[in-house]
Amino acid sequence: MLRINNINTHYGQIQALHDVSVEVKKGEIVTLIGANGAGKTTLMMTICGDPQASSGKIHFDGEDISRLTTAKIMQKGLAIVPEGRRVFSGLTVEENLYMGSYYRSKAEAAETAEHVLELFPRLRERFSQRAGTMSGGEQQMLAIGRAMMSKPRMILLDEPSLGLAPIIIQQIFDIIQKLRDEGVTIFLVEQNANQALRIADRGYVLENGRVVLEDSGDALLTNEAVQQAYLGG
Amino acid sequence: MSELSLYLLQQLINGLTIGSTYALIAIGYTMVYGIIGMINFAHGEIYMIGSYVTFIVIAGLMGMGLVSLPVILIIALVVAVVIASTYGWTVERVAYRPLRGSNRLIPLISAIGMSIFLQNFVVLSQGSRDVALPPQVTGGWNFGDPSVFEVSISYMQLLIWAATLITMIGLTLFISRSRMGRACRACSEDLGMTNLLGIDTNRIIALTFIIGAALAAIAGLLLSLYYGVVNPFVGFIAGLKAFTAAVLGGIGSIPGAMLGGLILGVTEAMTAAFFPSEYKDVVAFSLLVLILLFRPSGLLGKPEVEKV
Repeated sequence: MLRINNINTHYGQIQALHDVSVEVKKGEIVTLIGANGAGKTTLMMTICGDPQASSGKIHFDGEDISRLTTAKIMQKGLAIVPEGRRVFSGLTVEENLYMGSYYRSKAEAAETAEHVLELFPRLRERFSQRAGTMSGGEQQMLAIGRAMMSKPRMILLDEPSLGLAPIIIQQIFDIIQKLRDEGVTIFLVEQNANQALRIADRGYVLENGRVVLEDSGDALLTNEAVQQAYLGG
Repeated sequence: MSELSLYLLQQLINGLTIGSTYALIAIGYTMVYGIIGMINFAHGEIYMIGSYVTFIVIAGLMGMGLVSLPVILIIALVVAVVIASTYGWTVERVAYRPLRGSNRLIPLISAIGMSIFLQNFVVLSQGSRDVALPPQVTGGWNFGDPSVFEVSISYMQLLIWAATLITMIGLTLFISRSRMGRACRACSEDLGMTNLLGIDTNRIIALTFIIGAALAAIAGLLLSLYYGVVNPFVGFIAGLKAFTAAVLGGIGSIPGAMLGGLILGVTEAMTAAFFPSEYKDVVAFSLLVLILLFRPSGLLGKPEVEKV
């Protein structure tokens, strides 16, 4: 579904990604693990065209999206839950959700919103509250809900568990699996490698902007090098 | 009432009138700044163009023998808004959009260039001398004891208040209720994230330039009718005043721009009440300096603190 072929990404003179190739098949949960600064977020953002890859190709559903603008890419059935959540703090929960369905009809969006509120009952309680007044976990739920509002075929999640309490993290991971069961393909970037690999079908390990390992989630969990570096031995 | 209080009432009325138009122009600065963090120094020129279009249309329609004043004013309003918005959109498209993503100083310099260009364009096409139009909206109310001090509210002032009020209410509803208004607010919080939701943020940016220009054109129409005279240089000082109002209220905040405009207008009028009126600009810009020194985020602006 998503095929990334040999991309290189630069920030000015600095090269952040070297010859990265990743594939995510329909219906999979694929995770990308790596240390801080390995280039995980850069890879996510490169998929979204911000920044664009300086070379290499990205195909989504067979279509080359590597030269499209961010807005065009994100209208193709792809949605992102970005690092740091980035909810619109001055907008209400309702307004945040409907920002995710900007180009859909009101009736269709309302249907999806109802579905989101079923998944996240907390958001229903806070429906007309400003997003900035909510806790980190609630904001993360809102960011996921907002991404669902465009009815994407694939969701990119960038560190959804960052800074959250363990019980909330568990909820978030449950929701991710639920989304996959609904047929949404998931590409998940995590520092929380243990939990991510457990729900993932396959995983990639990124180091210094290069993919150094790829395997099934289970195999990576038991891989010695991965255990040493990312799972705390 | 005493003579002094009546006199101050008169100045308050005058100040609110001018302040309303500052507020209208200030919204253009504040909306653009809120979204792309840039001061559009060509905005005053858009106001000036709105004033010229108003005069040209009114003179043209009267030349054609049209006598109904409301019809003339409505046509002038529509034409001024459409032409000024076109200029606003074009300026953004030509002078700012290609520079997006570059150092913040670069679009600022481009804006100053655009301002000089538009001013000289009008000098060349319309001449640099004052153009006058006889008062169109005449008459008013007088009250107070004629032997002490007579306070007057002209119909023109009432028209300015009413037009400003309607425009502000319309804008507030648009920003708070409509889908595009919501997108404007989202853009001013996080332009990149709005883009990541598949929304073409260039179109939202263009929209803010169009709204700002339309409001400046309304101010242009009202003020040029109020003063009865325009020249190609009126945009400069009006732009500076409106910019001061926007900073005073808190740049980036629409209610701030409205409040800042009114406060600035009243402050100027009160200054003119006690000192020679040349001092009103001194006071206005001293206010700008003081605000920048002691409360750079303005009266209603948010200090730049990120909640993590």
